[in-house]
Amino acid sequence: MIEDQLYRQAILEVAKNPKNRGEIERPDLEARLVNPLCGDEIKLQLKIQHPTSKIEEAMFSGNGCAISQASASLLAEYVVGKSIDEVEKVNSSDILELIGINPTPARLKCAFLSLDTLREALKDDAEGQG
Amino acid sequence: MKEMLTKQKTALDVEKIRKDFPILKREVYGKPLVYFDNAATSQKPHQVIDVISDYYQNYNANVHRGVHKLSEEATEAYESARKKVANFVNAGDSRQIVFVRNATEAINLVAYSWGRKNIKKGDEILLTEMEHHSNLVPWQILAKEIGAKLEFIPVDELGQLQITNFKSQISKRTKLVAVTHVSNVLGTVNPVKEIIRQIHELSTRNSSPAPKVLIDGAQSVPHMPVSIQNINPDFYVFTGHKMLGPTGIGVLYAKKELLEEMEPFLSGGEMIMEVTLEKSSWNYVPWKFEAGTPDIAGAVGLGAAVDYLSSLGMKNVRYHEKELTAYALETLEKVKNLVVYGPTDTEKRAGVISFNIVDDKGEVAIHPHDLASILDSVGIAVRSGHHCAQPLMKVLGIPAAARVSFYIYNTKEEIDKLSPAIEKAKKIFKV
Repeated sequence: MIEDQLYRQAILEVAKNPKNRGEIERPDLEARLVNPLCGDEIKLQLKIQHPTSKIEEAMFSGNGCAISQASASLLAEYVVGKSIDEVEKVNSSDILELIGINPTPARLKCAFLSLDTLREALKDDAEGQG
Repeated sequence: MKEMLTKQKTALDVEKIRKDFPILKREVYGKPLVYFDNAATSQKPHQVIDVISDYYQNYNANVHRGVHKLSEEATEAYESARKKVANFVNAGDSRQIVFVRNATEAINLVAYSWGRKNIKKGDEILLTEMEHHSNLVPWQILAKEIGAKLEFIPVDELGQLQITNFKSQISKRTKLVAVTHVSNVLGTVNPVKEIIRQIHELSTRNSSPAPKVLIDGAQSVPHMPVSIQNINPDFYVFTGHKMLGPTGIGVLYAKKELLEEMEPFLSGGEMIMEVTLEKSSWNYVPWKFEAGTPDIAGAVGLGAAVDYLSSLGMKNVRYHEKELTAYALETLEKVKNLVVYGPTDTEKRAGVISFNIVDDKGEVAIHPHDLASILDSVGIAVRSGHHCAQPLMKVLGIPAAARVSFYIYNTKEEIDKLSPAIEKAKKIFKV
């Protein structure tokens, strides 16, 4: 059944009790993206450890459907402790693996909103260095 | 005998109608399609699909240019579609009907061609809090460009326009009032005729020129009898694809004297009278506003859609949808933790119902996107999100909502499938 794939109990648990939800007071990197289709919103903030360039802390906030929120929570959790170089390589199949479901094409946007936000935040970093 | 009774009860022969719509035969995830997203776009009967294919197969040619037989036939079909549309909405002279791409383009045309010339710095445009983005964004852009001001008629908690006081929002500087006929989120039917009457009364009393009035009829023309001459707006816009027609064809009605004084929107071929290397003069209305090769097949398809709806009778269409809406409201009311937005009186409401599943504190408990996905899994197509009306969502205090919207082919049996599907979503989300 399609809804079983979409709404695995584990995902619903994450959406209901997300980890890494909140704000970082002085983030090194941050980005906020909105999905214009549905109004889902994700803000992602990162604290970078120097000089290792490892992500020390990652927090997300915003609102939206279970898939977008669970994906943001899992991604924030996933990037902590990784270097920026590693995190830059995170791609859409990593996200699908993280959330462990296979959304319908229309819902992929929900799942990838957090990844897009992460890329936006990292872009900020690249610009800062440039 | 029993069958006769049920047939008498509903104004439309829905069983017969359903046979005209090829798409209703298809299944979604192995379940019969229940299409409740009609406010987004309607399905098309074979009568519409067939005339489009007939045009391409038998008399495809450009309009208004060729002297050959095919061009003559294409021109005749295109112009007769204009007359059908004019009759359908009782618009009077069919030269007041401009074919455009959709309602959005019609509003942009008015903002560009009429607005830029007639709205000056410091002038005011009065809108409402329930407008679709298409009747908001073009005015925001125009206001910013010119330095004009936007005002809004507020929406009350029942989802109705607060018009008891709206005349105080009209000043000498108000040049345009733009109001939707029916809300695409709440289904609210706005008393547009009364609003226009009061605007004219006010201007007579103050002996000042009345602001022009634009009505967005995207959600009304497909679903109820509309007489433009009776409502008496200056501009009235609607779109073909929500009323059984194809995508890509929409309608701008404007009073002829306005069309005549307006500058063209797009320019190029078809819209000219005479062109020299230095300057050009414009064609007669409405062709002045139809630059380039128009959507001929689209217009012909819209003509067939209008024929189809006329054969049913728009009073019957409205009656059918009122019945469905009352039934759906009754059904949804029984679902625990479900809130419906908008008016409860079906006289004041079209066949559009937005709702959410909330927790005991009244907070949205299942995001409408998740709800729509679960309904989709049992073959029920609904819309979810902000419905291109973000300011209205803010007024309602919600991020988004799920929406069902009905049309001529929907049945009470289909509505019966809603509650169990919603209960299933509640179970998955433990509400």
